[in-house]
Amino acid sequence: MRNLGIFFIRYYSFFLFLFLEVIAFSMLFNSNNYQSASFFNSSNKISGKIFSISSNVESFINLSIVNDSLSIENARLKNQVLTERYSNKINTGVYTDTSMSFQQYTYIQAKVINNTILKRNNYLTLNRGRIHGIRKNMGVICGDGIVGIVKDVSDHYCSVISFLHKDSRISAQLNSSKDFGSLVWDGLNPKIASLRDIPTHVKVKIGDSITTTGFSSIFPENVMVGKVNSVSQKDGDNFFEVSINLSTNFSTLRYVYVVSDILADEKIKIEGGRIND
Amino acid sequence: MISPIISNTFRFLFLALLQVVVLNNVGLFNLFNPYLYILFILLLPFETAPFFVLLFSFLLGLSIDTFSSTDGMHTIACTFIGFIRPMIFLIITPRGGYEHQITPNLKSMGAPWFITYAIIMVFIHHLILFNIEVFRLSEFFITLARTALSSLFTLLLIILSQYLLSNSKKR
Repeated sequence: MRNLGIFFIRYYSFFLFLFLEVIAFSMLFNSNNYQSASFFNSSNKISGKIFSISSNVESFINLSIVNDSLSIENARLKNQVLTERYSNKINTGVYTDTSMSFQQYTYIQAKVINNTILKRNNYLTLNRGRIHGIRKNMGVICGDGIVGIVKDVSDHYCSVISFLHKDSRISAQLNSSKDFGSLVWDGLNPKIASLRDIPTHVKVKIGDSITTTGFSSIFPENVMVGKVNSVSQKDGDNFFEVSINLSTNFSTLRYVYVVSDILADEKIKIEGGRIND
Repeated sequence: MISPIISNTFRFLFLALLQVVVLNNVGLFNLFNPYLYILFILLLPFETAPFFVLLFSFLLGLSIDTFSSTDGMHTIACTFIGFIRPMIFLIITPRGGYEHQITPNLKSMGAPWFITYAIIMVFIHHLILFNIEVFRLSEFFITLARTALSSLFTLLLIILSQYLLSNSKKR
């Protein structure tokens, strides 16, 4: 017994090392649990504060770029407003019953206070949290396209898995033919993604736009993703791999919208608790 | 002369903050990403007990993880290099041993020794970090390239900071 004690004291640094590594690895593997109590992520109070300060400095420097992108988005939205259009339709006396329809998706405006694009797995931090109605697994989009999925939420901040992540897999479709596949990021260029599982009989046009399918409760249908850049097929593979130019510019991301789907819980329940991207 | 406890605490806070606010956003083509914060582990005094080296490495990794949402990846890599640090000291012992030096920095140990030491520590740290981050062997060579290029970037910053800061201090 005494020898055992001496043994432990002599090699205590090794056992301490093992102990600390076990803690670290358990953090790594527990991070995917739905209920994980995760204080150690960028949505906690201290890191949220520090990122708010640094992002204020940064946003002042990027002010002109942000203004430009917001005014472009405003113009695009104005074009969609019905009153701006000349309508040929005459009122035939049929009224739509508003009790038969309701708004399924609502959008919460948020500011990006931390963002990386240079790693294999990238994350963003937003200045909106639980008290603003943000929940785990909500989608995040911006004026140009998709951004990511909410990972952790605290009272005032949330941490978002960027689309630029090894595990991101988003269901997307070709705009012209409506054939869908899953969109993944290869990890090299933050402007390029690839759309997998497109069958070889489909005619893929270069420059065709790619949009989301709305199969998941995360993103609404027809959110812009990008444009087809090139098409390739690996030997012996029955599917095309389509290279996409992403429409979202992740490096200048400032203002984003968190998508809240009223029917999300109902849809997950009927699908048996699975959340698919 | 400032007490080593204060100067090391200050270095810890400064390097961690510099890493999460500035250096995490510095890089090129997804390949070069410097992790200067491990300079803290490199510069802990020789005399520091292994218990404290491990504990501080763990805490440093944990604080970087907290800020970059990386769930323990930096903690794993940092604790590992904190553990192997004494072994590296044994392997690259300079002629005459470590008698009158206090801190393993460039000025007291000389450029060849310090650069060898830094290369080994930085490369091992980056190799573990990037492989855990990617966590698949199919991208091994891309990961290796990222490791090598990022190590170069980190080393460059470490050596630069050593030359810039050690000249102004008088011991």
